[in-house]
Amino acid sequence: MQRIGSPEKLEEIRKAILEARDPKASSIAICAAPNCHALGNGAVVDAFEKEVKAQGLEGKVRVMATGCLGFCEMGPVVIVNPSNICYVQVGADDAAEIVSQVANGEKPIERLLYADPDTGERVEALDKIPFYREQSRILIGDNARIDPTSLEDYLAIGGYAALSKALFAMTPEAILDEVKESNLRGRGGGGFPAGRKWETTRNAPGEEKYVIVNGHEGEPGAFMDRALFTGNPHLVLEGLIIGARAIGATKGFIYTRHDSPMLLANLNRALEQAREAGLLGNDILGSGFDFDVEVHFDVGIFVSGESSALMRSLEGNMPEPRPKYVRTSVSGVNDMPSNLNNVETWANVPYIINNGVEWFAGMGTEKSNGSKLISLSGSARNIGVVEVEMGTSLKTVVETIGGGVANGKKLKAVHFGGPMGGSIPGDMIDTPLDFDELGKLGAPMGAGALLVIDDETCMVSLTRYFVEFLTKESCGKCTPCREGMRQMLNILNDICSGEGRPGDIERLEEIADTMSVASLCSLGKTAPDPLRSALRYFKAEYEAHINEKKCPAGDCAIEAN
Amino acid sequence: MSEVRLTIDGKEVAATEGMTLLEAARTVGVEIPTLCHHDKLEPYGGCRVCTVEVEAWGRTKYVVGCVYPVEADIVVRTRSEKIDQIRKTILELMLAHAPDSHDLAEMAKEYKADPEKYRRESSFCIHCGLCVRYCDEIKGKNAVTFVDQGASREISFIPEIAAKECWDCKECFPLCPTSALQAAYVLARSFEDVG
Amino acid sequence: MTQDKIDQIIDKFEAKPRALIMILMDIQHHNRWLPKEALERVSERLGVPLAKVQQIAAFYKTFSLVPKGDHELHVCTGTSCHLRGAQKVLDTVYEVAGIRPGETDSESKFSLTAVNCMGACSLGPVMMVDGQYHGRLAPSKTEDVLKNVK
Repeated sequence: MQRIGSPEKLEEIRKAILEARDPKASSIAICAAPNCHALGNGAVVDAFEKEVKAQGLEGKVRVMATGCLGFCEMGPVVIVNPSNICYVQVGADDAAEIVSQVANGEKPIERLLYADPDTGERVEALDKIPFYREQSRILIGDNARIDPTSLEDYLAIGGYAALSKALFAMTPEAILDEVKESNLRGRGGGGFPAGRKWETTRNAPGEEKYVIVNGHEGEPGAFMDRALFTGNPHLVLEGLIIGARAIGATKGFIYTRHDSPMLLANLNRALEQAREAGLLGNDILGSGFDFDVEVHFDVGIFVSGESSALMRSLEGNMPEPRPKYVRTSVSGVNDMPSNLNNVETWANVPYIINNGVEWFAGMGTEKSNGSKLISLSGSARNIGVVEVEMGTSLKTVVETIGGGVANGKKLKAVHFGGPMGGSIPGDMIDTPLDFDELGKLGAPMGAGALLVIDDETCMVSLTRYFVEFLTKESCGKCTPCREGMRQMLNILNDICSGEGRPGDIERLEEIADTMSVASLCSLGKTAPDPLRSALRYFKAEYEAHINEKKCPAGDCAIEAN
Repeated sequence: MSEVRLTIDGKEVAATEGMTLLEAARTVGVEIPTLCHHDKLEPYGGCRVCTVEVEAWGRTKYVVGCVYPVEADIVVRTRSEKIDQIRKTILELMLAHAPDSHDLAEMAKEYKADPEKYRRESSFCIHCGLCVRYCDEIKGKNAVTFVDQGASREISFIPEIAAKECWDCKECFPLCPTSALQAAYVLARSFEDVG
Repeated sequence: MTQDKIDQIIDKFEAKPRALIMILMDIQHHNRWLPKEALERVSERLGVPLAKVQQIAAFYKTFSLVPKGDHELHVCTGTSCHLRGAQKVLDTVYEVAGIRPGETDSESKFSLTAVNCMGACSLGPVMMVDGQYHGRLAPSKTEDVLKNVK
């Protein structure tokens, strides 16, 4: 694309793109994310492309390999626009029929529509399927409307309008105020207000300032950030550039996973496109604002997602959290003020700038606004990437969207936040999705990985799994975390194998107390959280293992004496 | 350098800006226990034995004295029921590695730590990092380093460098609070002899 | 891997000490493991002590300090796969190939790594063989997948 030197030029180009497109032309979006890919959709995409050519429909029907469409359980998923039909479990053999249906506006193909598992009734429209019906797919919904490798597509749906507005119609202070007033809270775990963090970095002295995208997503069961980033890389980039403007940063870092080839390809292409179009680099859109980004990869350890460890890693050092008592927003990368937000937080920024504070604050609860991406996994019937309004009850998420528990089992608990999160029992499922409410119950939202736990899962064994995970994924620098988890794991191994002794629970609690106060970084401080929540709600299960040598869930292999 | 006034264990302290709590406490004769601290080395904050209580702006937090800088008007307590409990647990976790260490045994008496509380571990190392940091910061040789992560983390000599540098140095030996270092070094040598 | 190739990679990152991790990743990517000579060369060219290079190489699970087998197996041990039987997949790999995570078999056919969440939770338990996903793996299916690797 040619270099876009002014906001007027941007709108001109956008208009030209839209005019060249037939608004009635259909598009077939084929999910190309890992789940669907694993189900053989590489062949599906090829088959559709061949079919469009064979039927002579080039220019009339567009086939797009898109980012994640969310409904992983029913993959490969195909969404037809503008008719809004959703086909599930599509194979390469179905391509001819679907292409013909789309081109000729025929009746939807019954057998490929989603069938209600209880009534068997077929559902035609995407937004009538229970999985999609209760969602507010603000951030992730565009995945179905764009080819993630096309800047034109992003511009066609209004892309970079927020950046243009931020650069030409707003002062940096006004951008900051807008984000502060919106009460956008960090989506990566802590729920800290993003605007306040931005302000700290903006006001901190430093020759250079940095903005960073945390796309590490190392938490097992969390896959929503990569779904968004892979499917719509320009959205995250646009948010980052706007943030840089507000903060006064001239350089950004994107820290992301090394093991998602499609994410890397789409991200690198987006950066090239943005540089070529003058949306990144010097004199962005002719505004005089200079900003560019560097991409760094995590090399596979969980602790490097911790903010100071991540920044040490960006400097080429060991990803050990810094012992200093200075916030990274004041002194981070190269000891310069550095503002870190996760993928989803940045993605919200263009929406807030475009739609305003009232729109954003109008969604959710009093203190948790906007929408939230959730990756639903575990024993839910429908596993996938979900986006709901904050304040939605967990019941809606688990039972309606998630379709309840798979294989006829019963709901035992839901677990948020992976190895540093917590579980709440199934009977508390009316709780709303809210940072503070969930925090109070001991199951903070974390990044949004929601694990559905059925009644055949042992809570002791699950805690054991999380602790074992962290003994391998921490850095090992400080005593409470390294040694505390080592001994916690010893004790939990004993309990699970029927070797538990009276006093074990107390010893676990002592270790947890020391870890949560005396550990160096937030990983060690929150590592005992799954144990704490398990002891809060499921202590009887621990006692049964220790005193009766029984696993009530029938999950642990305890030898009967 | 400006003066910073704070309270440590009820004593008024006039410290210098940039001092750590550990240093400020020493000026008034308050000793905070440490294991990974060394006056010649950069603050490390690894062992967490020097955890103290800081009251500031109506809030109480727990920080490590070897790193936390002095701040005006804060109230620091170096002993309390909670701090003693934290130190006790940390010592018990370390004693699982090095039950015979003189330094640990002395502290264990003070904090009533039970050496048998947790399962005995095979390695003596308590990961204070004194040898690693001394070799890096003072000697500039980097003959010994940490390898691996999490619970598998351990110290290891780089045989090529160790063969050249260590025989005539050995300055890190007396720093080790558990004598694990010597074992590691001998191990590295024996590998070399075999290989 | 020749020294020229290693130098090329180092040059690509202008021999900046800050790019240490990226350089090691590139070498790992091309060579599939990090030979001692490569670490020494990187240390020399970047002016970073060998001990630090080794520390980083040993810290991250992605780096291998020993040669890898012809085929790379990645078994997901994320929470969802764990609940859906990842251990059985690991056990089956052990039965068929005799290796545990982090190991390579004696014939250098397979290397096995346990990874955290591949983001394909609806397919759990999942194993990736040379970049190709295999999902909903029961022990017999795992065995078939391994036997079909040529």
